[in-house]
Amino acid sequence: MFKDSERLAYYVMILPGLALLIAFTFVPLAYSVIAFQKFNPALGVQGSPWVGLDNILYMFSLRDARQVFFNTVFIATMKMIVVLVAAVAFALLLNEVRFLRIRRSIQTMVYLPHFLSWVILAGILRTILARDGLVNDFLGVFGIGPIYFLGQPNIFPWVIIFSDVWKEFGFEAIVYLAALTSIDPTLYEVAELDGANRAQKMRYISIPGIAPVIVLVACLSIGNVLNAGFDQIFNLYSPIVYSTGDIIDTYVYRIGLIQGQYSLGTAVGLFKTLVALILIGVSYWTAGKFANYRIF
Amino acid sequence: MVHRSTTDRIVDYLITALLILVGVTALLPLVNTLAISLSDKAAVSGGMVGLWPVGFNLDAYGFILRDDKFWQAFGVSVLRVLLGGVLNFVLAVMTAFPLSRSTRAFPARDLFMWFFVFGMILNVGIVPWYLTVSSYGLLDTIWALVLPGAVPIWSVIILMNFFRSIPKELDEAARIDGATPWQLLWSIYLPTSLPALATITLFSIVGHWNSFFDGLILMNNPNNYPLQTYIQQLVIADRPALHGGQAALMAQLSNNTLNAAKLFVAMIPILLVYPFLQRYFVRGIMLGAVKE
Repeated sequence: MFKDSERLAYYVMILPGLALLIAFTFVPLAYSVIAFQKFNPALGVQGSPWVGLDNILYMFSLRDARQVFFNTVFIATMKMIVVLVAAVAFALLLNEVRFLRIRRSIQTMVYLPHFLSWVILAGILRTILARDGLVNDFLGVFGIGPIYFLGQPNIFPWVIIFSDVWKEFGFEAIVYLAALTSIDPTLYEVAELDGANRAQKMRYISIPGIAPVIVLVACLSIGNVLNAGFDQIFNLYSPIVYSTGDIIDTYVYRIGLIQGQYSLGTAVGLFKTLVALILIGVSYWTAGKFANYRIF
Repeated sequence: MVHRSTTDRIVDYLITALLILVGVTALLPLVNTLAISLSDKAAVSGGMVGLWPVGFNLDAYGFILRDDKFWQAFGVSVLRVLLGGVLNFVLAVMTAFPLSRSTRAFPARDLFMWFFVFGMILNVGIVPWYLTVSSYGLLDTIWALVLPGAVPIWSVIILMNFFRSIPKELDEAARIDGATPWQLLWSIYLPTSLPALATITLFSIVGHWNSFFDGLILMNNPNNYPLQTYIQQLVIADRPALHGGQAALMAQLSNNTLNAAKLFVAMIPILLVYPFLQRYFVRGIMLGAVKE
């Protein structure tokens, strides 16, 4: 039934993808050995001297590196929490809107920022958050400000967190809306007959109905604790806010590619890769255990 | 239908009003940008423009029409979307199909599957990645923008799950008639997978159109920048890199009207495909969750 020619065809089909995967993912992984060298581009990987764990140890001794690690975890974690809460709240409220056409229009409005790049959104944010921008004009009405949102270290991380909420909350709500639609409508009808009000129906039917999805999303987020959003921060930060806004990815870019400390940049990146792999393992394990999730 | 009280109705209207407010607020920053791009320069630098243009004019857009650098970058972006989109499509289909077969038909399936999934979650650092691409001699070529991400693994998974959900009977009938795997793929799987194919194509288009960072580090010559990188350099980065003269650059950087117009023009392709995006992306998220 299954001829060799058929199997051969499958190997031929998968070959180009496999070759590209090796060339652009596994070859760079092999290149990561320069984390254990004092790499010099002129000498290449073969010619550069080996230094053992020096780069790794140096990385741990840098005060910058510790701050950057903390910033990354803080921003990424707060983003996950705030986006999740906003998305769930939005989905629960949107589910209460009975006018279907209005519901669609609201979705159309809130999904749009998700599809725009951080370059565009950062350009827009820089304009509206400027001293004479839209936001400060609005706050001015209440006698607040002006606040320099992108230039104050204590405010900057929150600008990052809430601008991410702006971009993603609507889109993140899609999975919760889908879960809400799949709740058996007779549950609500029975509850109404028992005299349950709107808040009670939400509390005892809707929220338990989407709880498994919330758990799943939370579990899968664990793998992203070190991804605080390079594109976003890279396009919004400046040296004034490095103390609270610099993250691992932006730090690696600056020391590795701008300053040309290839080995140190690779060491920091490799450390991140390893921790991320462990976290993703943990996230899939918890997602499988608590939410019965499998990727395929 | 259970009778609904007046308070219930009022709450309905309040929730609806609140969400409309949320939706409109989400769009206000975009409206502000559009208004600035259509306003008089002096009014913009005076901070007078809110949500409606002040001193309406199309000067900024006229300037963009004559700006060769802008259109050069636009062209690079269109090229990467077309070339990258086709590559992504072909590779996603050719990779997903063998992975969707039974292990009896393709015994090495699971091994390859784990290899691809590992490749997806393995995020090697930017430095070795840059050194690799550079060692292949791809810097300053369009291939640097399309080859490294040519296998869209997440799309492969979506497509694979979709292929697996197609009834086996179709497949078996064709095989009894002596169809080869290539014929099966071409005449049965592709025609029945149009929604999934539309989804992954849109993923590619948006991904390619929106990326700026590969252009920034892999293109040494600013003439090779895709549009997002060009805009990033012009509107956001403080490093003067484009347009020769320092004075010209400063004049340009201070020109908020023109920058706003550029941001808006760069948004137009996304706005054009937005109706499809909304339809297929939502479905795509669900497709990713389809299990065998």
